[in-house]
Amino acid sequence: MTEIKLPRRDFLKAAGAAGVAGAAATTGIAACSPETQTAANASAAAPDTYLVLTNEEVAFLSAAVDTIIPADALSPSGTDCGCVVFIDGQLGGAYGGGAKMYRAGPYMKGTPEQGYQLPLTPHQFFVAGIRAANAWSEKTYGKLYDRLTPAERAEALTAWEKGVAQFDGFESRLFFQRLLQITMEGFFADPIYGGNRNKASWRMLGYPGLPATYADKVEEYRDKPIVVTEPLSIADFS
Amino acid sequence: MVTKLKEVDAVVVGMGWTGAILSRELTKAGLNVVGLERGPMRTPRDDFAIPAIRDELKYTNRHELFQDTAMETVSLRHAMSETALPMRRHGSFLPGTGVGGAGSHWNGATWRNLEVDYVVRSHYTEKYGRNAIPADMTVQDFGVTYAELEPHFDKFEKLCGISGQAGNLRGKKIDGGNIFEGPRANDYPNKPLARNFASSTFDTAARSLGYHPFPQPSANASEAYTNPEGATMGQCVYCGFCERYGCESNAKASPNVSVLPVLLPDPKFELRTNSYVKKLNYDRAAKKVTSVTYVDTRTGEEYEQPAGLVILGAYVFNNTLLMLYSGIGTPYDPVTGRGSVGKNYCYQYTGAGVTVFFEDAETNPFMAAGAFGTIMDDFNGDNFDHSGLGFIGGGHISAGLSNGRPIETRAVPPGTPRWGKAWKEANAKWYRRWFNVAGTAVNYAYRDNYLDLDPTYKDALGRPLIRMTYNFKENDYKIGAFLSQKSAEIAKAMNPTIMTEPRFRRGDYDSRPYQSTHNTGGTIMGTDPSTSVVNRYLQSWDASNLFIMGASVFPQNQSYNPTGPLGALAYWSADAIVNKYMKAPGPLMQA
Repeated sequence: MTEIKLPRRDFLKAAGAAGVAGAAATTGIAACSPETQTAANASAAAPDTYLVLTNEEVAFLSAAVDTIIPADALSPSGTDCGCVVFIDGQLGGAYGGGAKMYRAGPYMKGTPEQGYQLPLTPHQFFVAGIRAANAWSEKTYGKLYDRLTPAERAEALTAWEKGVAQFDGFESRLFFQRLLQITMEGFFADPIYGGNRNKASWRMLGYPGLPATYADKVEEYRDKPIVVTEPLSIADFS
Repeated sequence: MVTKLKEVDAVVVGMGWTGAILSRELTKAGLNVVGLERGPMRTPRDDFAIPAIRDELKYTNRHELFQDTAMETVSLRHAMSETALPMRRHGSFLPGTGVGGAGSHWNGATWRNLEVDYVVRSHYTEKYGRNAIPADMTVQDFGVTYAELEPHFDKFEKLCGISGQAGNLRGKKIDGGNIFEGPRANDYPNKPLARNFASSTFDTAARSLGYHPFPQPSANASEAYTNPEGATMGQCVYCGFCERYGCESNAKASPNVSVLPVLLPDPKFELRTNSYVKKLNYDRAAKKVTSVTYVDTRTGEEYEQPAGLVILGAYVFNNTLLMLYSGIGTPYDPVTGRGSVGKNYCYQYTGAGVTVFFEDAETNPFMAAGAFGTIMDDFNGDNFDHSGLGFIGGGHISAGLSNGRPIETRAVPPGTPRWGKAWKEANAKWYRRWFNVAGTAVNYAYRDNYLDLDPTYKDALGRPLIRMTYNFKENDYKIGAFLSQKSAEIAKAMNPTIMTEPRFRRGDYDSRPYQSTHNTGGTIMGTDPSTSVVNRYLQSWDASNLFIMGASVFPQNQSYNPTGPLGALAYWSADAIVNKYMKAPGPLMQA
């Protein structure tokens, strides 16, 4: 079995050094206490299991989501927030299989404004896209994407974002857009889907989560930060 | 094999706002009514409850309550010379399905059209001359006036418990309300919603420039309310989960909350869910629809439901599809300009404005109602002089945010990267400190913007998809430039820390980013059968027992959200059916 390189050790170092005081000052939500931080690390340290992603895909996505969401004082890395587990769950579920997607042919290339026209389901899209991105990475850098240095990963991601990278039979810009979107979903969605562990992104933003009943607060807090000690997710009410 | 069912007095296609209202009015008039809804049953108790309803991924990103595009969609091309391709996943608009339709997951912005919106062609021609309307702009008068609809707007506002502030009470202008609105007989049933930072800051700035801002009229109840039907609403909790979500506190007016609690127990009404109407069966000689054919989406079996009266209350695209597929009326031909079914498809031109950021303020975007904010109409309709502007119509300018849901609703200052450390820092800093000031404009009809049947792509029932041939036009871009400048001037008066450059949509209509579910036209109303599908009472010119509801009857789109205007038209039509048609069935206007 291929060893999967996760940048978890980097995160542990960063979290230990920087703490989370900066996040609290910015958002008005109480910082993660040392206890909750430790709990988050403990859960992240348990081995993740995957429904549909291959080892190569996990390695690629870990490197990509950590480039998009690097660990710093504001949050753990994308991987440690569960973004890869989230993506796996989505691609292995109804969405990944093409639910609520019109799939009848014929397939033709249209203008960008006509929207997505590929025959691929979201899962198939990422399988093909990761393969194409890794092939491009090998051609460009001589290494798979997850083996690149952080600076190279960022440089590669920028090349996809701008659409200047020529993937074989695949549009690098479209791949980037969908990679960015599903990473954002994983980072910001309710933690019940496996991402946003310990509500890390909600703490970063100062988003209180549930139950969201503000009839008595909307005018009182017209120009004041609302102090929420702990954002609440759907799981906290279930 | 098709199972033929026993004839009923009336069949209603679609159980959104208009289907629910017509079902209620017709059963009250003594008819036995069958409602056919393609989607599932949806009740607030079972489907809109917390905590599950507060799931952004499921409802916003995975389209839980929306039309299933695996079953049907529309195809799009920007010009008649191009090949249309299917919208494989909805983006720019999100039609509903299921009981309540899009009326269960709207934001609740509820308007009365301006008086001028009903007489676009005659007004601009009279005031600005014959050349004011470009030759290829096919705007028409509605054939009904604001004054005629006023009691029906009143009825719809009371049904929904609208929260707002009157600006023109029987001709008396009231500061704080919309002084540009047509005269209304009564104030709104509920006081306006609370005001947040965005609402009050915009209000002050707009007033300082001499404008007339007012609170957004809203179907989110500012206090508990019982409507004239006896249905009750709770008070809005400002949860920030309104559009795309059902309301867990029954505070958002919807067919599910405002009508169905009294309609469903009525023995004269029978609702059949998962019943997808495929075709209207048309007797061309008698000029009547004899029955409708529908598919049980659980079994695939087909049923034929004969009815004396047929109400078409599906969405814009389905109303038009059913007319074209059933062969009722003359399909519109953009080359000759003849025919009317599919004519004057319009959309909404949104987002002409700026984003403002305040370093030292908290906008708390997550504490929000759906229809929430401050609006001004000083540049809407013909409320300002159009001489020399090069466009007709205008738009309303609004400030506020309807939610702070974190996947979708975050803004960062211009120049911020889309990922990485700097992106994170910008999100942490600005997520709670921004809002938009932007105009939403009219969208006027053109000869080559229309709907017809796609020659290639089919839906799950084997019917052609609706093909949309559509693009924005010069009138839209000019209004966009104008409204974005006006928005920027007001925003500047608010002294934001950062303000974006004024922006407005340029280039081809883009089917990907959400803009609005304000699609209109295709079965337009009027007083001339050669240029309209239904008459001023929404009765088909080609089948006297067929009435068509909803925004598909708008000859062009006003700047306002369509629900208020289509709700008033539903009551107007119901009144004509009950008090005119039922007494003497037949055409209510002579062709």
